Amino acid sequence: MSSVADRVTVDPAAPDQSAAARTGRVRRRGERSRAASLLLHGTLALTAIVAAFPILWIGYISLGPGTDDFLHPDRIAGRASLSNYSYVLLHTDFFTWFANSVIVGAGTMFFGVLLAASAGYAVSRMRFPGHRQLMWSFLVTQMFPVSVLLVPLYNIMSQLDLLDSYQGLIIIYCSTAVPFCAFMMKGYFDTIPMEIDEAGRIDGLSPFGVFWRLIVPLARPGLAVAAFYSFLTAWGEVAYASVFMLSSDKYTLSVGIQTFVSQYNQQWNLMAAMAVLVAIPAALVFYLVQKHLVTGLTAGGTKG
Amino acid sequence: MTVAVQGGAERRGRGPRRGPLSRLKQSYDRHWYAWAMVTPVVAVLGLVVLYPLGRGVYLSLTNATSLNVGRTIGMNHIRSTYSWVGLHNYEQILSGADHEFWPHVGWTLVWTVSCVALTYSLGLGLALLINRQVRGRTMYRVLLVLPWAVPTFVTMFSWRLMLSDNGVVNSLLGAVHLPTPSWLSDPLWQKVAAIGVNTWVGFPFMMVSLLGGMQAIPGELYEAAEMDGATPFQRFRYVTLPGLRPVSNTVILLSVIWTFNQFNVIDLLFGNTGSDGVQILVTYAYQLFFGQQPQDFANSAAYGVIILSMLIVFAGVYRRWLNRSEQRVAG
Repeated sequence: MSSVADRVTVDPAAPDQSAAARTGRVRRRGERSRAASLLLHGTLALTAIVAAFPILWIGYISLGPGTDDFLHPDRIAGRASLSNYSYVLLHTDFFTWFANSVIVGAGTMFFGVLLAASAGYAVSRMRFPGHRQLMWSFLVTQMFPVSVLLVPLYNIMSQLDLLDSYQGLIIIYCSTAVPFCAFMMKGYFDTIPMEIDEAGRIDGLSPFGVFWRLIVPLARPGLAVAAFYSFLTAWGEVAYASVFMLSSDKYTLSVGIQTFVSQYNQQWNLMAAMAVLVAIPAALVFYLVQKHLVTGLTAGGTKG
Repeated sequence: MTVAVQGGAERRGRGPRRGPLSRLKQSYDRHWYAWAMVTPVVAVLGLVVLYPLGRGVYLSLTNATSLNVGRTIGMNHIRSTYSWVGLHNYEQILSGADHEFWPHVGWTLVWTVSCVALTYSLGLGLALLINRQVRGRTMYRVLLVLPWAVPTFVTMFSWRLMLSDNGVVNSLLGAVHLPTPSWLSDPLWQKVAAIGVNTWVGFPFMMVSLLGGMQAIPGELYEAAEMDGATPFQRFRYVTLPGLRPVSNTVILLSVIWTFNQFNVIDLLFGNTGSDGVQILVTYAYQLFFGQQPQDFANSAAYGVIILSMLIVFAGVYRRWLNRSEQRVAG
């Protein structure tokens, strides 16, 4: 298909118009035939539908008011209502869980960005003994499977009385978010010219001053991405949250949502409504930053 | 004192050579600042990663379960009674005596390779399509990124509904007279479903990364190739693919790590209905800890250590292989 789409007729001897007159129709650079266009749009539309369908589907299920409507989706269209939403908002712990998720997410975001930015800057600018090992260990911490840390962390947290607390979960999330963000920030700092640092130094700033007053303001887009990334890490995490948060008033959304569908009850309709409520803010935040997220990510990787 | 921010100075080796004493002082200054900025991260990683890792390795060398680990119930404190067993757990696991490890390794490898291959090729194909002048490009992009944008703990429940025995997937398959397997309980189809769903989750990341990489390739290269009479396929093969290499290397490494450790998809998609066969190493180790009574701390930790070593070996080999192929290209 691409062979048709990109074909270019170049006839350097003849001016454009006469060439067009001779061959009848000549496609300009980047133009494509009808069939190619159809195929292109068809493929894209099909994949777009497959990509979006499960999410639309759960939105649709969430409109069915009865507990077993999810078994008969054809019935929902006739009796769609927002009753699930009002039930979730008014009669469950939704707002408590939402607040918990926000607290944990914001805490992870704050500490994550602070730690990641300073470490990323140090690795980007200074060739100190151990910087290679540090980058390497950032990568290695990405590889830690949940299970290797889960057991010892559980024991440690219970000894420190941090089970079922926000602080405990924030510290744990930082351990996954910080290395990745530091990796990303390093890539971003690498794109800021070194001359700025030098100018700051000549004008009498200390290295910390350079970092804080010059580089951090310049790196604001990168910092925003790191912030959103660490927030989303905390927002969507399941394994640690379900082990470490024991009482239902400390549940985060990802744990709370599972209480609707367990061995004891099958309230898929409520689950679906809550899923939609959770997904909307996360998706909005995500769209704001996803473009930068990838630039930051790949920049850090290619120059590492 | 002037070079705390100047990392390249050392390597470039320009400027007058200083005496050893001032060089030492200068290097001390530089390193002092750097270490001060790195210390908090090292502290956090040490506290939450290194120390637990040490304890995990220790636990994996004992026979700890939830029954013999010290704990406090109400006012009563129960002492730990587990004991050191040396490499016994590893022997059991690696020799295949528990009849669980090697089948799970096999499935985990199949899972990782097929998921990464599928997401990469799908992502590459879509990135190529969307990189053209297409009407409605923004809309396609927004829709195609949705699986990545919505948290997995939401989408996995949706898939669970859709793949259930009377779910919408089987209704569609039935409407066109195709077999309607039970995706969530049949041992074989479970695996197909798991790979399919994870591909659905993972391709947007690949697509967006590769799209970013493609847009960074200078247009002049394509124009030059066209002038030299390169066919579209040749342009793809000799301009696009080499241009994407740095991005590809990174995303493939990350994707292998993430897929190998993919917890959410398997655990949430199958919940309690999943047969043992569909569990990859990570979720199996988690179940040893969390999904049974008594909780098997020691074996779960041993599995974790083994998983981690496998990934570290892989990353090391991959890095070395990359360096070598880069040198070959450069030389």
